[in-house]
Amino acid sequence: MRTNKIELKNIRKGFNSNKGLLQVVEDVSLTVGDGEFVAIVGPSGCGKSTLMNMIAGFTQSDSGSILIDGAPRTKPSPKGILISQHGSIFPWLTVQQNLMFGLNDHPRADKQGVADHYAAMVGLKGFENSYPHELSGGMLKRAELARAFAVKPEILYMDEPFSALDALMNLRMRNELLRILAEERHTVMLITHDVEEAIHLADRIMVLSPRPTKIQATFIVDLPHPRKLTSPEVQELRVAILHELGVDRNAD
Amino acid sequence: MNKLKRIAPALAVIALLLAAWWFTVIQTHSVIFPTPWQVVTGTLELINDGTLWIHIGASLMRVGIGFGLAVLVAVPLGLWLGWVKGAYITLNPLFQILRPISPIAWIPIAILWFGVGNESPIFLIFISSVFPMVVQTTAGVHTIERRYLRAAENFGVSRYTLFRQVVVPATLPQIIVGMRIGLGVAWLVVVAAEMIALHSGLGYLIIDSRNAGNRYDLVIAGMIIIGLIGLMLDGVMRLLEGLKSVRWRYAH
Repeated sequence: MRTNKIELKNIRKGFNSNKGLLQVVEDVSLTVGDGEFVAIVGPSGCGKSTLMNMIAGFTQSDSGSILIDGAPRTKPSPKGILISQHGSIFPWLTVQQNLMFGLNDHPRADKQGVADHYAAMVGLKGFENSYPHELSGGMLKRAELARAFAVKPEILYMDEPFSALDALMNLRMRNELLRILAEERHTVMLITHDVEEAIHLADRIMVLSPRPTKIQATFIVDLPHPRKLTSPEVQELRVAILHELGVDRNAD
Repeated sequence: MNKLKRIAPALAVIALLLAAWWFTVIQTHSVIFPTPWQVVTGTLELINDGTLWIHIGASLMRVGIGFGLAVLVAVPLGLWLGWVKGAYITLNPLFQILRPISPIAWIPIAILWFGVGNESPIFLIFISSVFPMVVQTTAGVHTIERRYLRAAENFGVSRYTLFRQVVVPATLPQIIVGMRIGLGVAWLVVVAAEMIALHSGLGYLIIDSRNAGNRYDLVIAGMIIIGLIGLMLDGVMRLLEGLKSVRWRYAH
């Protein structure tokens, strides 16, 4: 039995709007095991990002508790790094400076070594001194992954990390992520609206309902990596999840 | 060749204007308004007796000191106002009232406080350029995208690192815009300030040329030199915009 890395108990969250309180997250409870890769899929606007921001510590829930390693989560920490759709690589720093950003307590020479190691790991060797505006979208994503991995986080929070990329680059980045995760195991929480992406990557998939959101269904993806996206098992799972999301098979 | 093509229309307009000017002076048999050629010979006269360089040097020195002091005050002040909400709420209204007051309106007070030496124009330049730079710097801090601040928060860096690697470099492009505006205003103001009771500077040159024998050729020579130096100063500021660490902001 694996230990619980992340534990959510009865999380609720609403926002004040001009029409009164808008309940966004309604009573979500879940656990993520140490080293597990959990994907959360849901329709757009259902409150996925709100949920993620609470788990990563950027906003507080109205009620319920969020435990990381059994301790209440109060604020963001380098133990769990958030990677979001639009990216947050600092455009005013070089790739190397970006990768060194979170390495506070290392000596300088050491920082460069770590930065260069992770730059090489994501295939950015030779671009250490480039500025972000000189890189492509895919390379920026790689840099962002490398910056996160460099601080050796225990958890990666990924909020639609690859959805701004084109389909081919999206697929490539998924494989890249799996390759790195095979080398350095992390607990991952992925939020996405892309069902195929979830099946490709995750050990377990939770489907969220429309707003106010709660967990509607859970699927175990019991398929070994590398997964073949065209296999009948994947297709079957995909249809089942889409059905949960209320998307008709014919309309798909 | 391409560059020549680009500036050709501008040069044509200037040539046309010179021709019209020349033609009009000849036609109207003006005894007081000079022809372009008289302006050229007037300028050569100033160059030959060495006074032109003294006037240019005096004006640049005053702008250099006044603008330099303004940068030293405006940048830290703007960063502070942008970062500390209480400071902004307390001080911004005051700055918004002081900012629209023309620097020319400060002349009597400048003379009262600093007399008619070098200090008065330096003070006027300081007053005129400090406000636009404070405003731009503050706005620069306010427009730092939240994703970058969140990333910094996520990596748990110290306040020092946050300022040095995120807040200041993120604001730098706006600081440079502020400096461009500030230097432009400073150059406008120095000429006006030197028209009062000084014995050097391009503003003095213009007023003195008129008072001492209606030398309008020297008046116009002074005006053109002011324009050309202003263009050069702006060019220097534009070079700052080409720095790699700020180019991200101007690219879009």
